Amino acid sequence: MAHAAEHAIEETTTGLNHRKMLMWVFLGSDCMFFAALVATYMVYRGQSLTGPYPIDIIDVPITTISTFVLLCSSFAMVQALSATNRDDQRGIRIWLLATAVLGAIFIGFQIYEFNHFKNLGLTLGTNLFGATFFTLTGFHGAHVTVGIIWLLGMLVVAMKGRLGPASSLDVELVGLYWHFVDIVWIIIFTLLYLIAGFDAGPAALPGG
Amino acid sequence: MASITGVIARPTGYTGLWGWITTVDHKRIGVLYGVTAFIMFLIAGLEAGAIRAQLAQPDSTLIGPETFNRLFTMHATAMVFMVIMPLSASFFNFVVPLAIGARDVAFPRLNAFSYWVFLFGTLLMHASFLVGQVPDAGWFSYANLTSTTYSPNDGLDFWALGLLVLGVSSVAAALNFMVTIINMRCPGMTMMRMPVFIWMTLITSILLVLAFPVITVGLVELVLDRNFGTHFFDTSGGGDPILWQHLFWVFGHPEVYILILPPMGVVSEILPTFSRKPLFGYPVVIFSGIVIGFMSWAVWSHHMFTTGMGPTALTVFTITTMLIAVPTGVKIFNWIGTMWGGSIEFKTPMLFAIGFISLFIIGGLSGVSHAVAPSDFQQQDTYYIVAHIHYVLFGGSIFGILAGMYYWFPKLTGRMMGEGLGKWNFWLTFIGMNLTFFPMHFVGLNGMPRRIYTYGEEFGWGLLNSLSSLGYVVLFIGMLLLVINIIQSLRNGRVAGHDPWDAPTLEWSISSPPPVYNFAEIPRVEGRDPYWTTKRRAEAAGQPVAGPEARVDVSTIHMPSPSYWPAFAAVGVVLIAAGLLTHYSLSFVGGVIALLGTIGWSNEPATAPQSHH
Repeated sequence: MAHAAEHAIEETTTGLNHRKMLMWVFLGSDCMFFAALVATYMVYRGQSLTGPYPIDIIDVPITTISTFVLLCSSFAMVQALSATNRDDQRGIRIWLLATAVLGAIFIGFQIYEFNHFKNLGLTLGTNLFGATFFTLTGFHGAHVTVGIIWLLGMLVVAMKGRLGPASSLDVELVGLYWHFVDIVWIIIFTLLYLIAGFDAGPAALPGG
Repeated sequence: MASITGVIARPTGYTGLWGWITTVDHKRIGVLYGVTAFIMFLIAGLEAGAIRAQLAQPDSTLIGPETFNRLFTMHATAMVFMVIMPLSASFFNFVVPLAIGARDVAFPRLNAFSYWVFLFGTLLMHASFLVGQVPDAGWFSYANLTSTTYSPNDGLDFWALGLLVLGVSSVAAALNFMVTIINMRCPGMTMMRMPVFIWMTLITSILLVLAFPVITVGLVELVLDRNFGTHFFDTSGGGDPILWQHLFWVFGHPEVYILILPPMGVVSEILPTFSRKPLFGYPVVIFSGIVIGFMSWAVWSHHMFTTGMGPTALTVFTITTMLIAVPTGVKIFNWIGTMWGGSIEFKTPMLFAIGFISLFIIGGLSGVSHAVAPSDFQQQDTYYIVAHIHYVLFGGSIFGILAGMYYWFPKLTGRMMGEGLGKWNFWLTFIGMNLTFFPMHFVGLNGMPRRIYTYGEEFGWGLLNSLSSLGYVVLFIGMLLLVINIIQSLRNGRVAGHDPWDAPTLEWSISSPPPVYNFAEIPRVEGRDPYWTTKRRAEAAGQPVAGPEARVDVSTIHMPSPSYWPAFAAVGVVLIAAGLLTHYSLSFVGGVIALLGTIGWSNEPATAPQSHH
């Protein structure tokens, strides 16, 4: 991570850094991953044979708060990159930590939500809603967790004072990943909570 | 964290087993891919032999239904994921940096990681033989045959988890080659000057990166259904088995082009070389490849015509499937146009390349015949489909790969492969292939379903099946000659020189085998077929063509140092999957190993400081 200086002088055909291009292409690949999971959710929307159905347990206000927290973490991420470019060592540490902590709070909300749903009788095996909901949001949560581990790793590097303008790309890459995961959540929140969150049993669906 | 890197001293040697385990050299990784996949090719080929032995006679009880199901499943799964794909990857590794004038791939350690994950994934799936719980639901494992009700043992878990691990390998490799091709071309190598093989590698990589996540989701859902009580594909819980088919074929049809585009690239290199003519209509060949790449996403449901999708879907997918034959046909005309009027040399690579074209035309035509939905209703799940897939994947992919093997073997090893044995190898393979698979068109149209372990004498399929099995024997001898040829050529093949074929591309301008750093000086190119230009220019000026010797001080070239982290992290990845089959604690250990591997990897400079001198 601390060897960005070597990468900075690397010559490439397009002028774009190898690692940055790799990250963009990987995110393209990850788009397809989430697209397939979202497609499964939408195909099975309203197909559950037994409850609980979304309207019985989805709590939009609480998830709105956790969504807001995650959006704030993206702001902190932008600040971390900006501090790196300014070589503001204190700023780098504060904002990297803030991003990781806000991400962890989001995960905390998700753990609470999963537990709460379990107590209300919704597990992976209960119905198609449970299967598709937990798979999609679970994989998103796993992505956030990987991001938190990555951010904490960067924080350790930052504590040693080895992050600065020369390693701006290292921070930018974790930022790209973090913002992507954030955008995926916006899609998930819109579809699973705001649109499909009020679905009742199969018969109550429009046309169902 | 830097201290973790210091626990074991960084490997510096290039020799011995440790040298192979820690190598990050794209050429050696290419060899690792090639050797592993070739061994898998022989194993999967022997599985096919047992299948043909069982089917040679009506009412045979030679290996029985259970073994038969396991063998056709593992034969096809291995041939697709552990033979053709990694053999193509072997060419990507060996050829791509050489042909674009680079010293290595963009991410040498990620490249090593891809190989080790591929190897461990292959071993994981084949470990199913050790515990006698072998996958047996066919290579596309349709639901609900894959549910725990109908497949109670762990075979399908081995299959799904093995494929998930192989997917990690494929995506990592594809990401690497996309960046390498876009970002590491030598000066002057614009996109429209790249060799066609490089273009096909790029398109294949894009397809891999976008298609594998879809099957990953399908496989994850399958694993959840089998182990965690979900009902994704289980009708009793409201699930829909057809969803599996959609997820599988949204991946599966791009996958078909992942299997065929690289060999198409290979023959596009070989035909001009042995016709002594530039490729006919280069831009058209490239654009056809791009169109195929796009359209491969719009044809998947032609695998599902008989699932009751309704007339609109049938019509749409019939039309798109017939349309995708157009760019493929364009390529075939371009290859024929390349040979037309050329001074053709019938060396072994050329024979295999011409074999590729002729057999792929047959496979392509039978493909168009089941693009038509009503016709497909008759052919679905018959031996006609088996004939088709083997004409495109054996006659197409494998012939293209064998052509490439004969073509690049001298560059890889510095020795020529035997021409005499090569020609015998070609003709026996060509005849054996047709004898095996051509009769399948007829038994298929006569109603013989695929995947049945035996058939009654009264159906009258006995004679044609015996012919197919006889064809296998011919094929077997052909492949035996290939193995003998490889061993003999490695031992005492004729020394090749750096440019045995008078070839047009950059890899032939350096010595055989290439030095670790590939190019002493990074080349500059001014057009397509750069090495032909160099040679013809020197000849026209009456000067000798410059040899492959380095003309600069090579001791200043810094190559990436070997590393043990890629193999270490790969062990972590496969343990995560293996833990789901045995005990979750193993997955946890795997996760920790993968994390440690990642930390060590990211703290290790690509080039070790001590090698800077």
